[in-house]
Amino acid sequence: MDVVMLSRLQFYATSAFHFLFVPLTLGLSWIVAYMETRYVRTGDETYLAMTKFWGKVFLINFAVGVVTGITLEFQFGTNWSGYSAYVGDIFGSLLAIEATAAFFLESTFIGIWIFGWQKLSKKAHAGVAWLVAIGSNLSAVWILIANSWMQHPVGYTIRNGRAELTDFFAVITQEFAVLQIIHVLSSAFVLAGFLIMGISAYHLLKKQHVDFFSRSFRIGIVCGLVGSLVVAVEGDFHAKDVTEKQPVKLAAMESLWETTRQAPIYLFAIPDEENGRNAVEILPIPGVLSFLGHGDFNAEVQGLNDFPRDERPPVLLTFLAFRGMVALGTYFILISIYAFIRRNKLLESPLLLKIMLFSIPLPYIAIQLGWVVTELGRQPWIVWGMMRTSDAVSPIAASQVITTLVGFMLVYSLLGFAGYYLIFRHAKKGPSLEAA
Amino acid sequence: MDLQLIWFFLWGLLWAVFFMTDGFDFGVGTLYPFIGKTDEEKQTMITAIGPLWDGNEVWLVAAGGVTFAAFPLVYAVMFSTLYSALMLILFTLILRGVSFEFRGKIDDPRWKRLWDTCIFVGSFAPALLFGVAFANIFQGIPFDGEGVYHGSLLTLLNPYGLLGGVLFLLLFLQHGALWLGIKTDDALQGRATRVAAMVWPLVVVAAVLFLVASWFQTNLYANYLAHPALFSVIAITVLALLTVRVFIARKAWFKAWFASALTIVGATFFGVIGLFPNLFPSSLDAAFNLTARNASSSPLTLKIMLVVAIIFVPIVIAYQAWSYNLFKHRVAPADLAHDETY
Ligand code: HDD
Ligand code: HEM
Ligand code: HEM
Repeated sequence: MDVVMLSRLQFYATSAFHFLFVPLTLGLSWIVAYMETRYVRTGDETYLAMTKFWGKVFLINFAVGVVTGITLEFQFGTNWSGYSAYVGDIFGSLLAIEATAAFFLESTFIGIWIFGWQKLSKKAHAGVAWLVAIGSNLSAVWILIANSWMQHPVGYTIRNGRAELTDFFAVITQEFAVLQIIHVLSSAFVLAGFLIMGISAYHLLKKQHVDFFSRSFRIGIVCGLVGSLVVAVEGDFHAKDVTEKQPVKLAAMESLWETTRQAPIYLFAIPDEENGRNAVEILPIPGVLSFLGHGDFNAEVQGLNDFPRDERPPVLLTFLAFRGMVALGTYFILISIYAFIRRNKLLESPLLLKIMLFSIPLPYIAIQLGWVVTELGRQPWIVWGMMRTSDAVSPIAASQVITTLVGFMLVYSLLGFAGYYLIFRHAKKGPSLEAA
Repeated sequence: MDLQLIWFFLWGLLWAVFFMTDGFDFGVGTLYPFIGKTDEEKQTMITAIGPLWDGNEVWLVAAGGVTFAAFPLVYAVMFSTLYSALMLILFTLILRGVSFEFRGKIDDPRWKRLWDTCIFVGSFAPALLFGVAFANIFQGIPFDGEGVYHGSLLTLLNPYGLLGGVLFLLLFLQHGALWLGIKTDDALQGRATRVAAMVWPLVVVAAVLFLVASWFQTNLYANYLAHPALFSVIAITVLALLTVRVFIARKAWFKAWFASALTIVGATFFGVIGLFPNLFPSSLDAAFNLTARNASSSPLTLKIMLVVAIIFVPIVIAYQAWSYNLFKHRVAPADLAHDETY
């Protein structure tokens, strides 16, 4: 394998691993802050126990999120120096702003939150929880603005042999970024909500800490339901934006080969990339794709064969990933609605509880699939229409990248295993008794 | 307004603040297996840096980010040529970061020993390697006009590079030992402060050797000879180092720590000033040098980043100062009793 493939693999491994932990941090930070605020407002000790129990899940997860983020910050330089030199004028400033405006906030106040229980008033301590949530989510906002710029570069000009910034405001307010931010932050709520419901379901099935986990479960329902509705509705806008800005990505997401009016969606299809067609197409629903992409059942949708081969992303994976995400998104809405209906009869709904327990991994999968759609669908470009991934790589030896790739696999396996083992252990043990 | 000059200075400042703050975390982590005899002492040492290390580490992230934003070409070439060394630092930092959180979660000696080792490695290795890296930058790195590195990881382990590594390590050991002087008491404090007193003469020797070696190995003194007033930076640094000893003798731990912080900032600036206008000089040919002039971002980006820095950096300093103030007391047994703590 050459340096480009190895570096792509390494970036994929490290960022996907980072993003196993990030969404829970993003969603759970708000929920823990909410729980602590309820405790301060009402004096209800159960809310304190909830803050501590879910707070501990949050902290273990947060630790792995932080350390895996550090590598990403430097990997643009180590592995993608061509990229960094070419677009650093714009992209670099977004990362630097993320550090100064967001990372300091979350990292400083997380320390205060952990160690400050005795040193701060209850109100101030709850305030610190909100600052951690704000800091984490702000960091997501900035990194997503940076990622969106790679998807749809704006506000720049090519000068002095590189991309230079001309309009900062255009970069930070572009539609692609706004859509991505809403999609990612709400999907984080889905994930946090389902995790809370799943862990609560485990204890409710065993009929232990019933009050504590019934209340937790209901908080989870709200997050899961609202989150999954926002994700889906907004995802539709997202798709329309992609149709306009990255038509070949949309065609790959739907495996549409020929440009057509009244483009259908096939309930089942298998793309055949060699011959530029689908090997199997079953059950077309006419016009739906035109409607999804353009809001009009008769609109024309561009197919993959309109684009030169070397500007098409890998179709099969992009297509399957998009299908998987949307299928899961539909499931999340339905099961959340059902959970909402049964919210006051949880103990009498063992089937629901079992389903929720086994649904914990699903939002994780959906989120990973979403990133595959976004990033793989962007190939072969590292910056859409501007720079190819193959031109972005550092002039380093393949052996160097192999060594670190193996290193990351080993170290991250250890971390992932230890981190999830600790969360699992803690979740199984339940809240400490004196409070619940 | 000379934006490139301002950003060069801020770039140096970020590294200096990172070494000044995370430096004592590295020192404490390196001393950790040696002077933390009981589990309670170990926990005390972790609690002494627990609330602060993450916020300190972000200065590194900020230094990296600012290199990227203000000097993208430096970011690209520096980190790809120093690939293996930087990756080694990152791996060890990863291990350190999770260890604090993981260690106390299971009450099993083998589990704790695993993370104890990681804390040590993740403190000792970065302390040494940052010194090696910076000393090598001071003397120039063998890279060509295409940003291709002509050397290996071992090239960096030359005598001057290693001397830089040892100097950093000793500075951080002293810094960490003094921090424990502030934050602990009884036997642990006694052991830590004895280490500080023991390390001090070694720091002096290493510093003198480094100043002399720099004369022969690097071009750092050219700027000083051109502007002799700059020698005052070296003078202040040396003075700060001498004051450390005075305050150790008086058992004024906070003052000694503060003087040690000043020493670290001064030592960083000794190099940064000597480098100007280079950020990343090449040892193959001075024509390849990456400088504040030929490697910077566009004026617009530098301006926007300056506005960002002027707004946010004072806010960051304010809340970090508040946090240091909140946790300035000695670690008491009661502090270890809470299950949220590490
Ligand atoms: C949508 C959100 C999101 C995305 C796409 C990324 N991150 Fe991340 N990152 C976070 C959201 C986040 C976070 C939630 O804010 C984390 C996780 C845990 C934490 O402490 O903060 C974090 C931590 C984190 C840290 C550690 C900060 C600290 O020391 O506290 C760094 C340096 C990065 N990230 C850098 C990156 C880079 C360079 C990315 C791009 C490839 C990236 N992250 C993708
Ligand atoms: C953290 C969640 C993310 C995940 C899971 C993710 C996923 C991926 C995937 C699947 C690839 C590999 C594509 C391929 O090589 O075929 C990739 C590559 C890449 N992504 Fe992302 N991405 C994430 C976030 C980001 C962000 C936020 C940025 C920018 C700030 C980014 C920038 C890149 C770069 C530079 C590459 C390597 C070059 C390339 O292959 O395009 N990624 N990512
Ligand atoms: C239910 C219908 C959904 C639709 C129509 C939808 C739509 C989309 C689209 C069009 C993209 C690609 C954007 C791009 O290529 O830049 C995307 C990406 C993504 N999706 Fe979804 N999505 C849905 C559900 C979900 C769910 C349930 C989750 C997770 C819980 C999720 C998580 C993500 C993530 C993390 C990304 C990558 C980041 C981004 O580009 O915003 N999506 N989604």
